[in-house]
Amino acid sequence: MQQPNKLTPFFENLNFERDDNTMVINFGPQHPSAHGQLRLVLELDGEQVVKAYPDIGYLHRGIEKMAENMTYNEFLPTTDRLDYIASTANNYAYALAVEKLLGIEAPRRAQVIRTMLLEVNRVISHLFFLATHALDVGAMSVFLYAFREREFGMDLMEDYCGARLTHSAVRIGGVPLDLPEGWVEKMVSWCDKVDYEVKNTYEALLTENRIWRMRLEDVGVISAEDALNWGCTGIMLRGSGIEYDIRKEEPYELYSELDFDVPVSDRCDSYGRYRLYMEEIRQSTRILRQLVSMYKESDPQLMAHAPQYISAPKEEIMTQNYALMQHFVLVTQGMRPPKGEVYVPTESPKGELGFYIKSEGEPYAYRLKCRAPSFFHTGVLQDILVGTYIADVVTIIGSTNIVFGEVDR
Amino acid sequence: MRKYTPKDNVQAKSYYTDRFWVAPRVPRAAIEAGTHFAEVLEAMKAYAKESYIEIGTLVIHIDAKENFEAIKTLKETCGYTQCSEQSAVDYLAQDGEFELFYQFLNVKEAKRVRIVCRIKEGEAIESIVPLFNSANFAEREMFDMFGIKVNNHPFLKRILMPDDWEGHPLLKTYPLHGDEFASWYEVDKIFGKEYRDIIGPENRDPARIDRYDTKRFSRVGYEVPFGEDITEGETEKPVEYSETLLVDYNKKSGKQLDHRK
Repeated sequence: MQQPNKLTPFFENLNFERDDNTMVINFGPQHPSAHGQLRLVLELDGEQVVKAYPDIGYLHRGIEKMAENMTYNEFLPTTDRLDYIASTANNYAYALAVEKLLGIEAPRRAQVIRTMLLEVNRVISHLFFLATHALDVGAMSVFLYAFREREFGMDLMEDYCGARLTHSAVRIGGVPLDLPEGWVEKMVSWCDKVDYEVKNTYEALLTENRIWRMRLEDVGVISAEDALNWGCTGIMLRGSGIEYDIRKEEPYELYSELDFDVPVSDRCDSYGRYRLYMEEIRQSTRILRQLVSMYKESDPQLMAHAPQYISAPKEEIMTQNYALMQHFVLVTQGMRPPKGEVYVPTESPKGELGFYIKSEGEPYAYRLKCRAPSFFHTGVLQDILVGTYIADVVTIIGSTNIVFGEVDR
Repeated sequence: MRKYTPKDNVQAKSYYTDRFWVAPRVPRAAIEAGTHFAEVLEAMKAYAKESYIEIGTLVIHIDAKENFEAIKTLKETCGYTQCSEQSAVDYLAQDGEFELFYQFLNVKEAKRVRIVCRIKEGEAIESIVPLFNSANFAEREMFDMFGIKVNNHPFLKRILMPDDWEGHPLLKTYPLHGDEFASWYEVDKIFGKEYRDIIGPENRDPARIDRYDTKRFSRVGYEVPFGEDITEGETEKPVEYSETLLVDYNKKSGKQLDHRK
């Protein structure tokens, strides 16, 4: 018989020991549709799920612990590894939390560039969602088409910061670089391409597709009250009929100046959420187009002027002794934010990504808590999977759009 | 003399601190009358010990024993229908206490409130899962990371760390690179504690595999019954680890890859 303290490989996915006629199966952690490292223990009555227990922690790297042992600037590249599909959203959420703590604001051009990067990342992330969700449900070709446009989006990110996945493209207090020449034009033509593909490829292939609708409609239904109660945010919340987008309701960066709509669906099911993702891609390209003129009108300053916390520009460091001294202290010891605590929510592609930072005036954060949307969207699985069929489990997991980098942190 | 390092907080520390440096504090604003937060505070005044606005969020300190009633009032009277986050901060070294925080969102007003309370080491907190299901995972994570017990939680179990883990990683007393238990975890679990001496700390390898052991490892490529002897008379050749220092290249190298099956 299996001994629980040894790694016995025999029949580890099935457990026939129960007396009633339910069967317990392990879904994951190596299942291709488990979106990384989700282990889902399902109790089945025939093909129907009686009980679902999401087991997480297979990708736990202790990022919150690492944050307590790193200076604020050191920690920023680590945030890439949270939601690795849209790294800039994490970098930005963290940088914004620290900026709120310091009481500084990024200059106008940095804000424009950040908003551009955030929206490019949102499109990349939504395309990734569409690709993997369609693949999980069984539409292979959509995966290829969506990944094509996503590659071009990642090329844009590569042109800006040199990295395709782990960008670290945002700094505390601004951005490190101006946009390279011709980037804006490339971005606009990419937006045109994405809009064209969304309308003529993805939606043409899926929206009225009989199989797609049968697989998604009335699957993974989550009521508005449940969505709030389980901590659902982002599209999971708007897909249940609650119009709450942090970009609109608690605007940060330039979102108060930008003209965009927040799509809402009261279908409460996977199909409604799929439609929202498509509509959000359109809204993101709309935002990106508006940012072009804002970029051209802005002053070229890229980093906030706060010499106590942020190193001065290179020219000043090389010419002024005091700037060099401050730079030396900042590099060797790290910035010391004031004592206090802050929680800053941002609308990442997955939902509400917030950073809670408790500072005791030291160069190391006393406590950093990352409020990851996927963590709570994994929690809701134990509620919405009950009563569904095993074939729909994959659809529902895909529809929640969870990324295990940020579930396990 | 060895440098003194305090054992109650093993986190990284700044190597230099100005003796006369007094860290400033983020300004705390008072709650103005007539605002939404004033109404919240009015409803919560039976519980609120201290309250202020810090960076746009209303912070209310309450007594930990009243957390369920206070949060129930916040949900039902003030319309804070979502619990965004819940966790703790370790102040054991300073005060022997944990600081717990609950972050709430009012969707209609687009306002956020943070409820803060403190509990002593070893005390338990009442679960708010009957009010907010999102606290289910959050409280489990807090239990896993800090060892704070939560009364009346439906399923209080470790969530990120393995069930048989010892210690709570986010305590300030827990080293970043793990403790003794963590470093031997794989060896203890797969081979048993007695193998610590055989394997030794220098060869401690979480991926170590005994290829003839059919009780603990499966055969790659084909299956054999549990516990069957598959040595076929061979004696096991131990895997030798490469030595980075003092390699004598004239003699036979430490590696015997050619002779292994």
